[in-house]
Amino acid sequence: MWMIPFLICFPLVVAVLMFAIRENKIRNIIAYLGAGTIMAVTGLFAFQWFAQGTPVLELYYHTHTIDMIMLGAVWLLMFVITYLSFKYRKHIISLLSIIPTMLITYMELFGPEMAEIAHIRVDKLSMLMCIIVGVIGSLIVIYSVGYMHGYHHLHTEYEDRRNYFFMLLFIFLGAMFGFVLSESLLWIDLFWEMTSVCSFLLIGYTRTKEAINNSFRALWMNLLGGAGVVIAIMYAGYKTGSLSFQNLITLGTEGNAAAVIPVALLAVAALTKAAQMPFSTWLMGAMVAPTPSSALLHSATMVKAGIYILFRLAPAMSGTMTGLMISFIGGFTFFAASIMAIAQTDAKKVLAFSTVSNLGLMVACAGVGTAETVWAGVFLMIFHAISKSLLFQNVGATENALHSRDIEDMHGLIFRLPKLGAFMFIGIAGMFLAPFGMLISKWSALKASVDMGNILLVLFIVYGSATTMFYWTKWMSKIISYTDTEIKVTDITKKDERLSLTVHATLMILLCLLFPILSVVYVEPLLTEMFGTAAAVLPQGVLFLLIAIVCFIFVAPIMAFRYAETSKVRQLKSYMNGINVGNNKEFIDSMGEKKHLFMTNWYFAHDIGQRKLMRPCAFVTTAFLIILLCMIIGGAL
Amino acid sequence: MTYRVIGIVAFLILAPFLGGLLSGIDRKISARMQGRIGPSIFQPFYDVQKLLSKQFIVVNYAQIFLVVSFLATIIVTGMMFFGGSDILLCFFLLSTGATFLIFAACITNSPYSNIGASRELFQMLCYEPAVLLACIGFYLATGSFNVSDIIQADLPAIIKTPGFFVAFVFILTIKLRKSPFDLSASHHPHQELVKGITTDMGARTLALYEIAEWYEHVFLMGFVGLFFIWKNPWSYLLAVVAVLATYFLEILIDNTSARVKWHTMFKLAWGVTILVAGVNLIILMVMA
Amino acid sequence: MGNVKRSPWLLHYDGSSCNGCDIEVLACLTPVYDAERFGIINTGDPMQADIFLITGGINKSNQEVVRQLYEQMPRPKVVVAVGVCACTGGVFKECYNIIGGADTTIPVDIYVPGCAARPQAIIDGIVKAIDLWQEKANNPEYVHAMYESHEEKEEKEEKEGNK
Repeated sequence: MWMIPFLICFPLVVAVLMFAIRENKIRNIIAYLGAGTIMAVTGLFAFQWFAQGTPVLELYYHTHTIDMIMLGAVWLLMFVITYLSFKYRKHIISLLSIIPTMLITYMELFGPEMAEIAHIRVDKLSMLMCIIVGVIGSLIVIYSVGYMHGYHHLHTEYEDRRNYFFMLLFIFLGAMFGFVLSESLLWIDLFWEMTSVCSFLLIGYTRTKEAINNSFRALWMNLLGGAGVVIAIMYAGYKTGSLSFQNLITLGTEGNAAAVIPVALLAVAALTKAAQMPFSTWLMGAMVAPTPSSALLHSATMVKAGIYILFRLAPAMSGTMTGLMISFIGGFTFFAASIMAIAQTDAKKVLAFSTVSNLGLMVACAGVGTAETVWAGVFLMIFHAISKSLLFQNVGATENALHSRDIEDMHGLIFRLPKLGAFMFIGIAGMFLAPFGMLISKWSALKASVDMGNILLVLFIVYGSATTMFYWTKWMSKIISYTDTEIKVTDITKKDERLSLTVHATLMILLCLLFPILSVVYVEPLLTEMFGTAAAVLPQGVLFLLIAIVCFIFVAPIMAFRYAETSKVRQLKSYMNGINVGNNKEFIDSMGEKKHLFMTNWYFAHDIGQRKLMRPCAFVTTAFLIILLCMIIGGAL
Repeated sequence: MTYRVIGIVAFLILAPFLGGLLSGIDRKISARMQGRIGPSIFQPFYDVQKLLSKQFIVVNYAQIFLVVSFLATIIVTGMMFFGGSDILLCFFLLSTGATFLIFAACITNSPYSNIGASRELFQMLCYEPAVLLACIGFYLATGSFNVSDIIQADLPAIIKTPGFFVAFVFILTIKLRKSPFDLSASHHPHQELVKGITTDMGARTLALYEIAEWYEHVFLMGFVGLFFIWKNPWSYLLAVVAVLATYFLEILIDNTSARVKWHTMFKLAWGVTILVAGVNLIILMVMA
Repeated sequence: MGNVKRSPWLLHYDGSSCNGCDIEVLACLTPVYDAERFGIINTGDPMQADIFLITGGINKSNQEVVRQLYEQMPRPKVVVAVGVCACTGGVFKECYNIIGGADTTIPVDIYVPGCAARPQAIIDGIVKAIDLWQEKANNPEYVHAMYESHEEKEEKEEKEGNK
């Protein structure tokens, strides 16, 4: 399996090249090649693994030298963070990096002898993450080559540091592969810190005051999570004598008291990564970064690292106090973030809130920790990764063409920028409409939380799905509203951007059609591997019925449409009390002059905006988190 | 299996007649409540027959596509329900149908249908929790989301789920677009909304909309009836009585109340849902 | 074509009338007379209406409005001019702003005279209108014509040309 070290190291090598090459054209070609190679190797890796019959692989038992290199890398990260914290006068933040690094170094060099463990583990969940990172990550890199070109044309005020940007993207990809494939907790910690730092540097890319403030907010929250991981590692190391993640989970599932605190701390750390309340403000702030980094880090992959950890921990959390805490925080975030999403007019903000909200549902699924909810969670994760990546890239491309990312400016987008509008429509439809997969996940999450007797979670999901529907539908209706006199916009989407968008949209549609098969072939065996029991969540009949419905719902109207085209239909002006000028966009006012008609959606920004709700929500969740953590730790000690 | 097929076919064929008749009876009873004679109970059929024979008009060609989608989704929803399938999925599908209707209204850019569409969306926000909770109520009472299992239960669901039933009947007023919650489409002319969500629909599109409404009403009434059905065959009679009583109650509310603002609707709908259905949910889940 | 007579839906438009005829029209529609028992509904929406009741004369500002409302009604449709002002311009005929009766702008089928028109006359006019409407409905060529008027055809074709 040469592919595993290759997938981790190759992006790092490309990253160095990216930084070194100043010539845009050459760098772009290398970026394409690098992304293509990563995708191809991921494909090959997955293919070989499938050909072997999807075994659980545990590799790399003796890694003393690599461990030392890793330790060096941790120190390097610490220096970077400390330097930047002092440079921007945020001294305190450096402590969050220095103390954990010291602890981990002490543990590594002077700590007790640990049991010999595998350092890399490949199983179905990590393979799924690998495929998501490999495919979506590479596509986003290809997209960003074109996007960044347009971005610097539009925003001439920012310094062009594309070499730095691409370097970070590739480092991030390498770190992400390392993260999902690692089995040793020490390695997990390193890669965790690496993704945090990449995210921090990417948010600060434009070096505006706002960007720098937001990036430091993201940094301290993620470092706090990282500190949690380090404490969990220390505790687990001293108590159990092993740094194997799998071992910890097994102990936790068996109910061993030594595993309770590490599991709880890791879970809380995962909450910071997955931007759950009270830590979600960093993700909102992260939206100042160029769109590809929002797509890659802040919705499709990096935040999924938190979800990945929680899915791993799910068997250990099931039915415990930790599980209760996580499912409450997740459910609450799902509901509260979806309410705040209603009040946003900025498309990226809506996407950010909906990301937090959907991640909340996944977190809640993991917190309940039964096979059924994890089934739902895994599907949510797959759907969310593809559709959010599609939507973020689409908003980016639309912004380059429209010079605005306000939803109100997207009026009639499907007619003004047909391709981008259609992709956006597909992405949003995938997020919540009935025949598509997200809904099935919601169904199963609801059923499982009723089964587990989690009343609050049931209420959160029920109310949250109503609010979710609200903000998506109003956005969609804005895209398809049409008038004759829309200002034409030239589509300046580059070929590479369009390639990535098309592949994403195709994947989305395929996934909607094929997910019953995916469920049987992959996700159910995955759960069997995790929980030891098979979980047939939805009967096959229902799943195929759903596909039949999709076909019916789309075929009947298309036939009607064809019929209408061939028969005699009179097209009228829309009703405006008889004073429609004739283009459905203007009317004659009482002075006999033309006036523009402008319809906006409902936002209720004063009632349910971020400013009003974020603080109370953060307060509630912080209090809950602290109380439950105290109870858990107190109970375990 | 045969029962399922019978249910599906019966719904497909009979629902428009039943729905039209319900709507006709509604108009008749409303007229009597207002001291009028009122139209024939077959009046809705006459209306639709006329609308279908008129010239085919649209404001935007996509209207046809969207209204037919709306109709198709609702028919599929009803078929799934009467075919004994999962109620939660039925309602997920129904809300997709409602989204199509909202799109059909938005797409014309007329101020009236746009306001109607926004309000319809807001109504969805108001009734969605109660609808989903009602489904959960069935699951808690009978252990299944499937209609085919629910009707074989030992006891009628209403015994364990009175709270869910009350919440559902409350939001049914919103769903049926009846006063005081007829925010999205006013039944009566010369109001600020003109015809709300249907303003830009005329002739055939309006006829399709009406037919879709009939299907939807029959489905909703079927859901109301489901609360009263258990394995005793006589319970179907009880269900019919309950459905008629509920419908009468809705007509009574329609005729005795004036339209409220959206704030009030929102507070009432979510409040009643959380109070009545929520308390019922807690009791059932704690008992289980 | 089927029997449409049982469901005539009205659109009532008030031109530059003194509101006398409007009050009479609305009086016909009140619960006292219960027009709904004949299936009559007073819709406010031209796209759903069959019979266009117009009161008052046409002036320069409402001419376009009346024309547009008429165009937005799907065929078959009937126009009833209620009151003498809608028929000819009435007492306002010579006013500087009045163009004349409704027929100066749209084709009127039934004229109901009177100042104000009496309810009996209005009802009689509507009964006649319903018969005429049924007659029109029986002619498919009329019903499914693509354009309402020559102007509309030209406007549409110009639009198509621009695309």
